[in-house]
Amino acid sequence: MAQPEGLLYSKEHEWLKLDGDVATVGITDYAQNSLGDIVFVELPRVGTEIQQHASIGVIESVKSVSDLFTPIGGAVIEVNPALEADPAVVNRSAFGEGWLYRVRVKDAAQKNALLSPAEYDALIAEAG
Amino acid sequence: MYAPHTRADIEAMLGAIGVSSLEELLRVPDAIAFARSLDVPAALPETDLSLAISEYAARNRAATDYVSFLGAGAYRHYCPPVVMALAMRGEFLTAYTPYQPEVSQGYLQAIYEWQTYICLLTGLDVANASVYDGATALAEAAIMAVNATGRRAILVSSAVHPNYREVLRTYARGLDLDVDELPIATDGTTDLGTLEARLADKRYAAVALQSPNFFGCIDVPPAKARVAFESTGTVPIAVIAEALSLAALKPPAEWGAQIAVGEAQSFGNPLNFGGPYVGFIACTSEHVRRIPGRLVGRTLDNAGNVAYVLTLQAREQHIRREKATSNICTNQAHCALVATIYLAALGETGLRRAAALNLERANRMAERVSAIAGFSRVFAAPVFNEVVIRVPAGTSTERVLAALRDRRILGGLEIGCWYPELGDCLLMTATETTTDAEIDALVAALGEIAGGLDLVRIPERRGGR
Amino acid sequence: MSDVPSIFESGRPGRANAYFSNGHSLEEFLPKTVIRDELPLPENSELDVVRHFTRLAQRTFSIDSGFYPLGSCTMKYNPRINEAMAALPGFRDLHPFAPTDLCQGALAATYELQRLLSSIFGMAEFSLNPAAGAHAELAALLIAKAYFRDRGENRARTTVIVPDTAHGTNPASAAMVGYKVVSLKSDERGRVGVDVLKAALGPDTAVCMMTNPNTLGLFEDHILEIAAAVHAAGGLMYYDGANANALMGNTRPGDMGFDLMHLNLHKTFSIPHGGGGAGAGPIGVAEPFVKYLPTPIATRDERGTYRLDFDRPKSIGQMRSFWSNFAHVVRALTYIYANGAEGLKRISELAVLNANYLRVHVKEFLETPYDEPCRHEFVASAQKLKRETGVRALDIAKALLDRGYHAPTIYFPLLVPESLMIEPTETESKETLDGFIVALREIVETAKTDPEAITSAPVRTVVGRVDETRAARQPDLRWRPASG
Repeated sequence: MAQPEGLLYSKEHEWLKLDGDVATVGITDYAQNSLGDIVFVELPRVGTEIQQHASIGVIESVKSVSDLFTPIGGAVIEVNPALEADPAVVNRSAFGEGWLYRVRVKDAAQKNALLSPAEYDALIAEAG
Repeated sequence: MYAPHTRADIEAMLGAIGVSSLEELLRVPDAIAFARSLDVPAALPETDLSLAISEYAARNRAATDYVSFLGAGAYRHYCPPVVMALAMRGEFLTAYTPYQPEVSQGYLQAIYEWQTYICLLTGLDVANASVYDGATALAEAAIMAVNATGRRAILVSSAVHPNYREVLRTYARGLDLDVDELPIATDGTTDLGTLEARLADKRYAAVALQSPNFFGCIDVPPAKARVAFESTGTVPIAVIAEALSLAALKPPAEWGAQIAVGEAQSFGNPLNFGGPYVGFIACTSEHVRRIPGRLVGRTLDNAGNVAYVLTLQAREQHIRREKATSNICTNQAHCALVATIYLAALGETGLRRAAALNLERANRMAERVSAIAGFSRVFAAPVFNEVVIRVPAGTSTERVLAALRDRRILGGLEIGCWYPELGDCLLMTATETTTDAEIDALVAALGEIAGGLDLVRIPERRGGR
Repeated sequence: MSDVPSIFESGRPGRANAYFSNGHSLEEFLPKTVIRDELPLPENSELDVVRHFTRLAQRTFSIDSGFYPLGSCTMKYNPRINEAMAALPGFRDLHPFAPTDLCQGALAATYELQRLLSSIFGMAEFSLNPAAGAHAELAALLIAKAYFRDRGENRARTTVIVPDTAHGTNPASAAMVGYKVVSLKSDERGRVGVDVLKAALGPDTAVCMMTNPNTLGLFEDHILEIAAAVHAAGGLMYYDGANANALMGNTRPGDMGFDLMHLNLHKTFSIPHGGGGAGAGPIGVAEPFVKYLPTPIATRDERGTYRLDFDRPKSIGQMRSFWSNFAHVVRALTYIYANGAEGLKRISELAVLNANYLRVHVKEFLETPYDEPCRHEFVASAQKLKRETGVRALDIAKALLDRGYHAPTIYFPLLVPESLMIEPTETESKETLDGFIVALREIVETAKTDPEAITSAPVRTVVGRVDETRAARQPDLRWRPASG
């Protein structure tokens, strides 16, 4: 299945959409499917400075838990308010309404470390 | 021996496996083969076994031959026989952890009811399925507060049970946390005079206060302390070593505790020389994801029936592994079950009456003992079921206890080893099981002890009544 | 299959049995400001309480009712003589602060169990302090930390090494003491590969935590080399005693080179599981670590007098309110005396016999990734079945519930996909094992012809599959009155 265009991807199965210096981050459809029914998402507070590739939170499903590694660094400016009451939105719409957080990017060059849609596609095809 | 194998069974099974002897299945490298016999006595037939173990029991005369005024975190209470008749059913005794909920609905529901009882008693939103005991519950609560605030120090009252403080320090050393103490006021409560100043730099993750405290005193912080906790973001932890007190006293949620921990041994669990006991942890809903241990939730099955299940397991060790909220695996399910059945049998009325009797017995005992020449009650604060009594100046706690021992009475606990300024004091406990005759015997004995001393001039002691 | 109403829903004011006399008001001794107003606990008659909990008991599977092939749990029979002994008033009514000379029996029993366990497992000393296996692991890691602190190596030694087959408590305990965890990939034989281990060792290694046999039921035959390598790197070896039922009288962790270990009395020593606890987790150590053991230890002087020794300056401290789960000490001691030296050895032999008997039959219809004799447990995999029919280990587990068996341990260790870890223990008869084999075979056969029948299981239990997602997303963790 081809990944949505216009997004960049990380090896940890996150996607990123850049609008000027604001990045919206979420997990991919592949990730939500692997995790199963998501029950809770733990994210940093608004205002927190995060470093690219650092573990910044946790995403819990009924039977498992995964670290969230941020694909980009900067200051967290928004966290998806829908997640608290309805974590299932990530399962339903991982690329859309299930976005996780927004970051004001410090160093735009960080995006060069990320994968294109085709590269991410290849990654998950290999994972089988 | 409980393995049912006959000679014929073993031969048939070895044949099926395709080996000629058991030894073939148990090969180990020569260097670690244990070739000799285990240094364990030969097996005893059950008749002799019963005698051998009973001999150990017979040498514990404190349990069977003495009237006891011991408490200090382990309490002798009346447990109606209906409780053990139900709790010792084989299904409850020999069940495994309810990881397969479809065949464990009974236990899951019982623990859900335990969780509910703890919430009702403490006034808080969520309680877990139990932890090892009151002391480890305090340590786990401290870790919860550390995780919630990011701070690395805990403030605990010196009036919290000394063993609980000791366990807190053991756990704190593991995580390089600091533990500081609040002093004791002259009336037996915690001295909170310095509280605001000490919380001001926001160094402490939590403040832990016990009520009734180790001295039996009701020790609840005033409203301005609550303001200090809230304004500095310090988590207030309430500690309850005598769970029965919750039936009489205001729930800790009312003075602002965000986490309440304690010991539920008083609810139907025997003294058992210190264990197994059962600790509880309850908290406000904001802390629920940090609470350690198991949680039972109520949900539906695939046909819409009410069903219970272990939930929020992603917090636990078998999934989170090194990121778990704690390493705890077992809870104290059976002890929690005993407590739940006890609470169900007693109900509101039974529990209130039991609590009222504790209050009355201990206070009458304190009145009568402190009326004996030379004996005095040390602290002015009201007490629940234990009290600190100072022995006459002409003697020592050791000699008083020895004299009581001669009369088949265990008079209480010396507390000087933890509180040197109280080296001439005993912690004396009475419960609903303490009879008038027992108090009469105690008073008579102490009267004789006092009568045998030269008590012409006893100086007035501060704090005495 | 109606549900059992909550105890809070029944009950009416005034219904409860009056166990205590009345007539004392709290106001006589307490200021009104501290007295509680409401105590909203339900009042049920004693009969209603009996019916409620009897019905709950009837909805609870147990060893007394059926077979639990649960790997890593050692669900053996819980002898009733143990219960009778633990209930003796001389034990049950003994206060932990009883004067030493008036509780010599309890102290002697504690001392005796310490000594017996030390001997059976090859350690210098045991403390019966920890309340559970995980509690003992924590104690052991605190001991390691204290030991390295005394040697000035604490800053350097920050890592705990754990095989990828380890029980979840191992890394969780390590984290509670501030250690980083490094996971070792098991080799194709399911064991810890010596070279892989050596590559992971370094000056930062504090402890290597292992169990033997491991959680695949396989004996770590290179254990001496592993221990030597860890010691050469300056680290310590920790033995997770969950699988101790496989080796009594056969080999000893102390002889394998382990410095620290724990036991689960509720596994190997027949203490009842009680629905999830209380357990008991004695911690045993080699000589250099005795001084660090948690307090108190029971000791005996030249005159044969026992006492609890708190005066241990190097101890890591106290781990719990009092001294031990003493009722379990009584049960374990009774069990050891009942079996004796020969009996304990026999237990391990027959546990291994039973596991292999199941293994050779089960492998005829389910994959067993490690096709060699196992010890007390083995792992089968439903991976192939899943590919062919869609039926997974979870479905097999649920189908077993319908046939009157508890499920084996599933999805652990994570190393084997769709795993079923099976440990029969020595107390099951050949007939019980044969019945289990028949049931499991029938489930696998049915999976191939009518997978729906298996994926819809269980259908004969009081509830069907439970909506765990809903339970986690909408936590309902306590009863509340229905809002009017």
